[in-house]
Amino acid sequence: MKKIQTFCTILMTLLSLMLVTRAYAQLNIVITEGVDNATPIAVVPFGWEGEGVLPGEIADVVTQDLRRSGRFNPMTMAQMPEFPRDINAVNYQAWVDKGINTLVVGSVAELGNDRYRIDFQLIDTLSGSQLADAAPVLKDGQLVAGQSQLIAGRSLTVTGKNFRQFGHRICDIVYEKLTGQKGAFLTRIAYVVVRDTNSVARPYQLVIADYDGENELALLSSKEPLMSPSWSPDGNKLAYVSFENGKPQIFIQDIYTMNRVMITDFKGINGAPRFSPDGKQLAMVLSKDGNPDIYIMEIATRKLTRITRHRAIDTEPAWAPNGKELIFSSERGGKPQIYRVNLSNKRIKRLTFEGDMNLGGIITPDGRELVVVNRTNGNYHIARQNLSDGAMQVLTTTFLDESPSIAPNGSMIIYSTLHEGTQVLSLVSLDGRFKARLPGVAGQIKAPSWSPFLR
Amino acid sequence: MKTSKSIRSLLIAVPVMTLMACSSGPSEAELASERNRVAAEQAAAQKAAEQANVEKVRMEAAQRLQQAQEMAQQERDTLMSMQTVYFDFDRASIKSEFYSVLDKHATFLVKNSAQTVVIEGHTDSRGTPEYNIALGERRAQAVETYLLNAGVAASQISVVSFGEEKPAVTGASEYAFAQSRRAVVVYK
Repeated sequence: MKKIQTFCTILMTLLSLMLVTRAYAQLNIVITEGVDNATPIAVVPFGWEGEGVLPGEIADVVTQDLRRSGRFNPMTMAQMPEFPRDINAVNYQAWVDKGINTLVVGSVAELGNDRYRIDFQLIDTLSGSQLADAAPVLKDGQLVAGQSQLIAGRSLTVTGKNFRQFGHRICDIVYEKLTGQKGAFLTRIAYVVVRDTNSVARPYQLVIADYDGENELALLSSKEPLMSPSWSPDGNKLAYVSFENGKPQIFIQDIYTMNRVMITDFKGINGAPRFSPDGKQLAMVLSKDGNPDIYIMEIATRKLTRITRHRAIDTEPAWAPNGKELIFSSERGGKPQIYRVNLSNKRIKRLTFEGDMNLGGIITPDGRELVVVNRTNGNYHIARQNLSDGAMQVLTTTFLDESPSIAPNGSMIIYSTLHEGTQVLSLVSLDGRFKARLPGVAGQIKAPSWSPFLR
Repeated sequence: MKTSKSIRSLLIAVPVMTLMACSSGPSEAELASERNRVAAEQAAAQKAAEQANVEKVRMEAAQRLQQAQEMAQQERDTLMSMQTVYFDFDRASIKSEFYSVLDKHATFLVKNSAQTVVIEGHTDSRGTPEYNIALGERRAQAVETYLLNAGVAASQISVVSFGEEKPAVTGASEYAFAQSRRAVVVYK
């Protein structure tokens, strides 16, 4: 009987779930508010030495990445004065005249067996034009450009299918050289798509995609809600909540092998899992002892430590980057506000005071700021608060904002919002000056989680 | 007329006499067997009558049971049509207008102790998903507590919160919000 029950449970689970299917959301990016003083830049279409056409447009990927960062204003191809393939072919003055002080040029050569060599250079046209008055440098018997105008240059061998990834990697280098901040273009986002619950058999999907919405993959489709995806620090796993068995349970799933393991099945709430910065622990919310409190589980041994003990709602744990503190939302002061608990002495301190309530707090990667969902006069907006002076700045003007998640370089926040009656993902830069919407093709899209840096 | 009657008598008498002529009448054994046969027939008839009676009683009992079941089902159906309790924004206290509905559920559950229910807690889409899971649980627990206080056994009730994940009406209208802030008593 027990066996039959087990079999039935497995069968039911298989019927209610499907692992790895095509996702239907396919995000686009619509920039809703640009930055006036974004730096002009040009990415010249890469040269091609090989048969047929270039198998993937690297320059397009770099251009889109730069535009979406909010820090750059890339020139369109139609405006370009010339199409040099490498630094030696650049007419610096022509670019300076167009207001372009920074230029990316490159080329792709076919090596055979689907292998390619990609060269690119990041060029300072202004210093190039000043040097151009002087004679070019003679080096090893060859006439080459001087070093001062070359900001960065790389040569790498790749296989064809990695072209988009390589575009993101080039942009990481360009972005870091120009801003001093590490680029987060080689990252992914995880999110939940909810399609029409009346007409779709498994309307709830857990999806991952490149940060720009490309290469979308549904990890799981279910009849029942999926919630709170959260990345492991190595970028290989997701922790999330699934209601597939009629109640919330926390699972961890490997995004490459697709192996999934049930981590918790306690009475009541099993929610809000968040990996610790070292990946060994999982902070979570459990209500097994009566009401929602924060717990930490050591993943290897499943040993639980209770962190908060209060009759009010405690939820939404988030780790400080040093792994020594957690912040969480609590109603202990009346309305929900953000508190911080020191994990060694369990001392608790209230962090937010502005507005009716503050929820869903996360700490920026540098540990200096808090990003929250702030409710003021009934409006829910994403806000940031400096942790040292407590000053709060509301960043968004969208409707019913929730679930903020920060890019690993701290430059951008992705969150869920209601746009024309549909839940969509949106982006806002940490300074609030750049805003974009990521509308999906079908369904409500929510619970975004930005991955760590990927290799 | 008289003659015809005597002829008829004769007609009957002749064969009887003929029969009597062939045998010397029924033996004792034959008579005993005949008596037994009659007795057995009578017994069978009585048994059939008794069985019919039992069957009738059984049928009536079954009918009564079916009626009772139908009534319980009807009662259940009635309860199913009022299984939802609505809440004010960010509140988990049960409004007095829903006391009578919950009392009906409680009465039914006390009477039918094998019946179990799951109380689902839901919220509108304002606030964060995690906070709403907690709020939804509070709402479901408020209904659970009400039913427990009305005498329903704890073993008959379980609670699950879906937070804002399963809105009754999607969208951002006040109507959608109000319809979604609810606890639902689901019969299993």
